[in-house]
Amino acid sequence: MGSLTVRDLSKAYKVYPSHLARVKELLHPLGRKYHQLKWVLKDVSFNVAPGEAVCVIGVNGAGKSTLLKMLTGITQPTSGTVQTHGQVSALLELGIGFHHEFTGRQNVVMAGQLLGMSVEDIRRLMPQIAAFAEIGDYMDQPLRMYSSGMQMRLAFSVATARRPDILIVDEALSVGDAYFQHKSFDRIRNFRKEGTTLFIVSHDRIAIQAICDRAILLDNGKLAKEGSPDAVLDLYNALIAERETTTIVQNKTADGRVQTISGTGEATVSDIKLLDSQGRPIEVTNVGAEVTLEVKVRINANIPHFVLGYMIRDRFGQPIYGTNTYLKQLPILDLRKGEQINFRFDFAANLGPGNYSVTVALVSSDHHLDNNFEWRDLALVFEVVNFSRQQFAGCAWLDPVVRVQRQE
Amino acid sequence: MWNFRGFVLGSIRREFQLRYRGAVLGVAWAAIQPLAMIFIYTVIFSQVMNAKLPGAEGAFSYGIYLCAGIVTWGLFAETVQRGQSIFLDNANLLKKLSFPRLTLPVIVAGFTLANFSIAFGLFLIFLLLTGNFPGLVVLAVIPLVVVQMLFALGLGIALGVFNVFLRDTGQISGLVLQFWFWATPIVYPVSILPDWMRSWMSLNPMFHLVTAYQQIFVAREWPEWNGVLLVGCFAVGIALYALGLFRRKVGEIVDQL
Repeated sequence: MGSLTVRDLSKAYKVYPSHLARVKELLHPLGRKYHQLKWVLKDVSFNVAPGEAVCVIGVNGAGKSTLLKMLTGITQPTSGTVQTHGQVSALLELGIGFHHEFTGRQNVVMAGQLLGMSVEDIRRLMPQIAAFAEIGDYMDQPLRMYSSGMQMRLAFSVATARRPDILIVDEALSVGDAYFQHKSFDRIRNFRKEGTTLFIVSHDRIAIQAICDRAILLDNGKLAKEGSPDAVLDLYNALIAERETTTIVQNKTADGRVQTISGTGEATVSDIKLLDSQGRPIEVTNVGAEVTLEVKVRINANIPHFVLGYMIRDRFGQPIYGTNTYLKQLPILDLRKGEQINFRFDFAANLGPGNYSVTVALVSSDHHLDNNFEWRDLALVFEVVNFSRQQFAGCAWLDPVVRVQRQE
Repeated sequence: MWNFRGFVLGSIRREFQLRYRGAVLGVAWAAIQPLAMIFIYTVIFSQVMNAKLPGAEGAFSYGIYLCAGIVTWGLFAETVQRGQSIFLDNANLLKKLSFPRLTLPVIVAGFTLANFSIAFGLFLIFLLLTGNFPGLVVLAVIPLVVVQMLFALGLGIALGVFNVFLRDTGQISGLVLQFWFWATPIVYPVSILPDWMRSWMSLNPMFHLVTAYQQIFVAREWPEWNGVLLVGCFAVGIALYALGLFRRKVGEIVDQL
């Protein structure tokens, strides 16, 4: 059985003002330092007992990946110690050491050797590895013939061919299709039943609650909370909500999507916000919460007819709901240059958990696009999180009152 | 490290497979290249151009002189060159996986030695066939290669560490190796150099090694051990320095890559 002890673990990266500074430091006879330290993890301490399953959560950049890399011995800590008892296996990134020109079987041997297995071990485990990956006759084809899902399946299968004492898993590990995700998750769960100590980074609330005994919240490189998964998840959600309210970023593009703004410019959106019921700007809201979409428009020319419309889209860009001032029978006429108009749309966020974006259109009429003053994709991005409702599936919250009648 | 012997051997084999993948003649190319080289240096230089080595008898003496120097220099240069790019080439492994990092130089050494063995083996066969085999003194090659590999690996790893932080290292080392080749009496005999140059020559570690090889194969006598011993001590020093440098900087290497 494996255990982990982490004491005052800190990591700082050296940041050089220029490339030349790095060279100067390397060659400086007296060892003068030209770098500054950027701390990404500061004085983190915790224990993971044998057979325990612990999750780490935190926003991007909180230091989770750095922590995992130090636990596995890839990255050296700047200070502090990591002690592991038992054999450690890490699923940080799959397919390391795979080469496209070699067959699946050759790559399995290579990847296994990289994990320190002997050829006999690998040969013995080969049938089981091939069976679990479910790639059939492709096993003897070069890897470049594989789909990315097949490669990932094979990689996962090798990486987990032997049950380690301690398994360290990164969140990015959603392998292949839903069926295989289940299968891989099952394998990890079975390891746990057989006594493997688990250390997992995840965002998936369901996974965390299903598998973890304890959770650790990292925030800005510090251990912000350690405790039951529920308590830590609640604090995490509150933390992101708080962070989003204090720093509102306009025209933000979520997950690298490109925002498109087009139009003639006679009217422009000067500000757009999502407000909670107390009028505070938010970017995360609860399922079913009362929210307000506030749009401020600046008028740059005299406009006889004006219509504002918006569309809420899911993360794939599919329309969820849209309306406009014409449909709501609010004619806006004879606008003067220099005017400022505030629009407020109050509604209940009866949406499923997930990311949503708002597209705003400023036009002259409902049915025509010839006077397109401004069209703004991804004008606002917000997240719906299920804080308090029962679990449900889908992108709309259509909570029913359930009656069950049984008839003889 | 011992547990990873399979990885080391597998990687060496894979390098060969990758290099000759898709070629009909496959690994035979590893033999054809040095064969062509031996042919050019011996038959063309010695027979056609009638180039003679001053003070040496035998039709093939200049060709043998060239091969003795070039085959062994090739081992040195290839080891240094692969050593200096060793961390950059394996950045992905170093960043994503926890494994004994010192397996990487072992893989480099294994690959270059295997490559060298092919060329060197062919060279020996050629000597046997033409009746120029030096006899028992050929065993002196073994300690020479050990010293040379220690020197080349030490130099290669040290350059490899610098190259992570300063990419110019890789470019510079390629240039320096070219100058170094011509600064070592491989193509020409040291006797043609003016005296002042010859006195500087003893500072060149490769001069001692290459001269020793030439002594074995051209003069067919045991090499001058004093110079080799000196280079051996120097090589141990370089190797220890490189190991220390690597151990000190390995964390930063992973951060920087």
